[in-house]
Amino acid sequence: MDSSVAAPPVEVHDLTVAYHHRPALWDIDLAFPAGKLIAIVGPNGAGKSTLIKAIMGLTPLASGYVRIFGQPPERARNAAAYVPQRESVDWDFPTNALDVVLMGRYGQLPLFARPRRRDREIAMQCLEKVGMADYARRQISQLSGGQQQRVFLARALAQQTRLYLMDEPFAGVDAATEQAIVTLLRDLRGQGCTVIVVHHDLQSVPEYFDWALLLNLRAVAFGPVEEAFSPENLQNAYGGRLNLLSDVHERLRRAEWSSRHGDG
Amino acid sequence: MADAFWIILVGALAASACGVIGCFLVLRRQAMMGDAISHGVLPGIVIAFVMTGSRNIAPMFLAAGAMGLLTAFLTDVLARRGRLQSDAAMGVTFTWLFAVGVILVTRYADAVDLDVECVLYGEILFTPFNRFEWGGFDLGPKAVWTTGAALAANAVFLTLGYPKLKLCTFDPGLAAALGVRVALWHYLLMAFTSMTTVACFESVGAVLVVAMLIAPANTAYLLTDRLSIMLAIAAVVGVISAVSGYLLAYQLDGAIAAGMTVTSGALFALAALFSPRHGVVTRAWRRVRVKTPG
Repeated sequence: MDSSVAAPPVEVHDLTVAYHHRPALWDIDLAFPAGKLIAIVGPNGAGKSTLIKAIMGLTPLASGYVRIFGQPPERARNAAAYVPQRESVDWDFPTNALDVVLMGRYGQLPLFARPRRRDREIAMQCLEKVGMADYARRQISQLSGGQQQRVFLARALAQQTRLYLMDEPFAGVDAATEQAIVTLLRDLRGQGCTVIVVHHDLQSVPEYFDWALLLNLRAVAFGPVEEAFSPENLQNAYGGRLNLLSDVHERLRRAEWSSRHGDG
Repeated sequence: MADAFWIILVGALAASACGVIGCFLVLRRQAMMGDAISHGVLPGIVIAFVMTGSRNIAPMFLAAGAMGLLTAFLTDVLARRGRLQSDAAMGVTFTWLFAVGVILVTRYADAVDLDVECVLYGEILFTPFNRFEWGGFDLGPKAVWTTGAALAANAVFLTLGYPKLKLCTFDPGLAAALGVRVALWHYLLMAFTSMTTVACFESVGAVLVVAMLIAPANTAYLLTDRLSIMLAIAAVVGVISAVSGYLLAYQLDGAIAAGMTVTSGALFALAALFSPRHGVVTRAWRRVRVKTPG
């Protein structure tokens, strides 16, 4: 048991993933630290979602291997909670919010078993944590995008794990949900959990996250945000998209300036 | 009158058995998989006929079940390895298997008590005459037993597998991440779809069984927002279609299975228009009421 406690939440070794002979990830070698909020950023097609799926054991690897708390992913099914992209499911499915959260408990269910009262209580508590308790019986198609995202997060919480992998949880959500997610992430960090988040909004990375992985097929930079999230590394990760980048530089400079001068 | 009872009972059992399994096909956007499987099983049925020389149920189920799984498997392989669109892969697979089946039916027409007419449209009218006898006792029409067994088997499978099937249908990504064997459940569902198709095939034929898989499930989908209730409604809609379809065919002196299909389609149209939440007319009415004050 001691070795698994000491092992980092996620290790990725020499990982290469290819789709139809084209590499989606190339030779990634990382160990994600425990108890941090970690952003994965990079341009479209950089392999961000693929990396999450590879860690969860959901996509075949061309080479390399993944360890979750020192175990291969297929033996660590209940150790990692996965929040897929919101668009990955059919929200017209005939079910309600509580039922979706309950699905987070199915990993712990024996074959043919149904969720018990205890599972329902846990699911309800998780809905409360994301501020969705009042919507438990609401048909999921009648929730807003942000509310649907919160239901997905509650479902991950219902797995009661110490490692969370989230694919674009901030995509297309309202400001209230964004704040709710940030609060939730900080609570999880407070409990010593590790959260790895695919993130598309570069500007909020320094504010929301402790560590950052800059990805573009390869791992361009990985480390604490202050070190990894530098203009040079961003330039390397994003290549020639200078408009976007100069905008980010500008905002970064302003953020630094205001934090230095103490008037945020 | 007793004959009418047996025919309606077989129609109701077949439509319910198809309806409940059809719910999952519809939700998985695999409604046409029912079409593919119902055609793809034909060679299996003929091969079982030729090999055993009888309409013995057990070998027919095995051979047809294997063919149904083959249809699902080939579709899957062609779509993934052959890089075809899944509907194109399905179209190639099942038409080919069906054509092989038709060749077999015509080639062995003498040896086999089965013709293309029956394959396509079924012979529910003859249901009462094909009896199931055991130990010298007449236990009623055979078709009642086969369609009843299909309904019972589906009820057991869907009840026991409900949580896993629901999870795999709604979010296969999460299911896989939780260690649920998504492919296994997919093929189990395909196996039960094949079994249901074969059981209902003699009565309603390969074409109309597709309607029974899809129409009641779609009707139920429009009438509720809960999966468990959707399954129940699909079964009930199946029964209503069978009864009203028989009456329609009786009035018009037309084909019974086709009558059942027409009424199941009419019920779907009613649901599409007047469903409390999703109906076209209901929604228009709600908009009118919102606009007119008071």
